[in-house]
Amino acid sequence: MGMTMTEKILAAHAGLPSVKPGQLIKAKVDIVLGNDITAPVAIKEFNKIGVATVFHKDKIALVPDHFTPNKDIKSAEQALTMRQFAKTHQISHYYEIGRMGVEHVILPEQGVVGPGDVIIGADSHTCTYGALGAFSTGVGSTDMAAAMAIGETWFKVPETIRFELTGELQPLVSGKDVILYIIGMIGVDGALYQSMEYGGPGLANLTIDDRLVMSNMAIEAGAKNGIFEVDDVTIQYVEGRTERPYTVVGPDKDANYCKTIHIDLSTITLQVAFPHLPENTRSIEDVGIVPIDQVVIGSCTNGRISDFAASAEILKGRKVNPNVRVIMMPGSQAVYLEAMQKGYLEIFINAGAIVSTPTCGPCLGGHMGILAKGERALATTNRNFVGRMGHPESEVYLCSPVVAAASAILGRIAGPKEVI
Amino acid sequence: MELHAKVWKYGDDVDTDVIIPARHLNTSDPVELGKHCMEDLDANFIQKISAGDIIVAGKNFGCGSSREHAPIAIKAAGISCVVAKSFARIFYRNSINIGLPIIELGDAAAEINEGDVLSINLEKGLLKNETQQKQYQLEPFPPFIQEIMSAGGLIAYVKERVASNA
Repeated sequence: MGMTMTEKILAAHAGLPSVKPGQLIKAKVDIVLGNDITAPVAIKEFNKIGVATVFHKDKIALVPDHFTPNKDIKSAEQALTMRQFAKTHQISHYYEIGRMGVEHVILPEQGVVGPGDVIIGADSHTCTYGALGAFSTGVGSTDMAAAMAIGETWFKVPETIRFELTGELQPLVSGKDVILYIIGMIGVDGALYQSMEYGGPGLANLTIDDRLVMSNMAIEAGAKNGIFEVDDVTIQYVEGRTERPYTVVGPDKDANYCKTIHIDLSTITLQVAFPHLPENTRSIEDVGIVPIDQVVIGSCTNGRISDFAASAEILKGRKVNPNVRVIMMPGSQAVYLEAMQKGYLEIFINAGAIVSTPTCGPCLGGHMGILAKGERALATTNRNFVGRMGHPESEVYLCSPVVAAASAILGRIAGPKEVI
Repeated sequence: MELHAKVWKYGDDVDTDVIIPARHLNTSDPVELGKHCMEDLDANFIQKISAGDIIVAGKNFGCGSSREHAPIAIKAAGISCVVAKSFARIFYRNSINIGLPIIELGDAAAEINEGDVLSINLEKGLLKNETQQKQYQLEPFPPFIQEIMSAGGLIAYVKERVASNA
C-alpha cells in the first residue's frame, strides 16, 4: 500500500520504511517554533529537564510577535524571558523587534522552513508551512520544551483527506475564499485529527500566498496539518530561499485516503464567516446588511504583500467610511518595506487607514485594536470565536483582503464589485 | 485514582479563547490563569465550582489556539477531569502533557446532565453516573501515552530518558 505525503514525510523522520494511520511514532524535527506567549511556558518546562542546552541552536525559531511591541509590563517580562533564553542558547532564529514579523509570515519568507521538513510550533497556525510541502503542526508549550531538548517528538500518524483541485479561481477570489468555503463545507471539526492534502490540476492556478492561507487555516477545520503537493510554483518560491537542503516528497499513486473531496476552483465565490465559528460561511451576495465598526487587514493568514497589493487596488483614490476604523498590519518588515516602496502605505494613509508595525495585535485580542461591547469587526484573520478581538459581546467576521477593503469604504460588509 | 464529583455541562466547540481569553496570556502563573478560567463563556464559573468538579462537554472541546494556558487554567481552577464527546487535538496533547485527566466518551457524553454526580476510576477505565445509575467502560489510552502519564507528564518522561542516556 502506498503512502500519502504526510505519511511519507513522517516515516522518513521516524527512520521507518513506512507508517500507517493510527500508528504512534517518534519523529525527528527540523524546526521547533515558539512565540512570546508560548515560549515562556516552554522555557520554564525546558529548565526542568536537566539538559545543558538545546538540541540544535539553528533548528529553533523564537518570534516575539503576539504582545509586541510589548503592550504592558507583564508582556515585556515574557518577551525578556524569551530574549534571555535566545542569548544563553545562541538561538540563531531569534527575531528581535526591527527584524521580527508575524511568525508564520517570516519563517517561509526567510527560508527557515522548506519542502519535506517536519516542523512543530507552539502556535496552532504552525500548519501554515504545509503550503511548501512540509509536515507542519501546532503543539503546546510542553511539547515545544521536550523537542527543544531532544530534537524529536511523538505523533499519531493521521488519516488523510485528499482535496483534488480543478479549475481556476474567478477574478478577486483568493485562497482565503477557498479555505473558508472548505471549512463551511466540512465544519470546524471536519478534519479532526486528520491531514488535509491538496493536489490535482487546479493546483497550478494557486499562488504560494493562496496556499499559505489555505494551510494556515487547516487548524480551523480541526486538522493536524494542511499540505500541498510540490510543483513549479513551490520550487520557484523556495529555490535560493531555503537555508537548508530540501526534499520534494509527493504522495504515492496508490496512497490510501480516508476521503477524497473534489473542488472546482472556478465555482468558489467571495466568502464571509459569520460569528462565532469559522464554519459559519456565506457567499458575499448572501451577507445582507451588516454595518461594521472596524476593519483589520493583516495577520499570519493575510499579512503578505499580495494581500496589501489587493487592498491597495481597492482603496486607491477612495476614502474609508467615517464610521469605520481601518488597521493595516504588514506581516513582516520585508512586507512593510515593499508596501512602502510600491506606494501602498501612501494609498492606505490617504484613504484614512492606519498602518501598524508587524504584530499579531488585535487578531487574538492582544492589543492595537480591541473591540468594545457590541462592536463589530471585519477581519482578514483566522478566528471569530466569542471575545476573540475584545469584549465577549463583540463580534468578528472573517473575509479576504478585497472584501475587507471594499467594506471599509462602504461601512458595511460588501464585495469589491460594489466599489470598483 | 478515583474521582467523585459534580458535573458542569457545556456545549460543542468550546474554544481555548473562552477557556482562557488572550487578555490574560501575559502571565503563565497557573493560579492567576485559574482565576479567569471559562470567564467569557460562563462569567460565574469560578464562583460556582467546587474543587474536584468535572466539566462535561460536546464535540471538539478545546478547539482553536495551542495555548497550554487553557488546560493549565482548568486544572488550576480545581477541575479534576474533562469529559467530552471529542477533543481538539492540540488540547488533547496538552492535557496529557501537563497531567489533566481527559476522557473522550463519544455520543454517551450527551447522556450526562448538569448536576449529575460521576465516579471515575481512570486505572480501571470506568465512569459511573451515580445520579442516573449508568456505567461506561472507557477506551484505554495507547500504551505509549500511558507511559507519559505514569511518568507524571511529558517533562518527567523526557527527563527520565535524558538521564538514562547520559
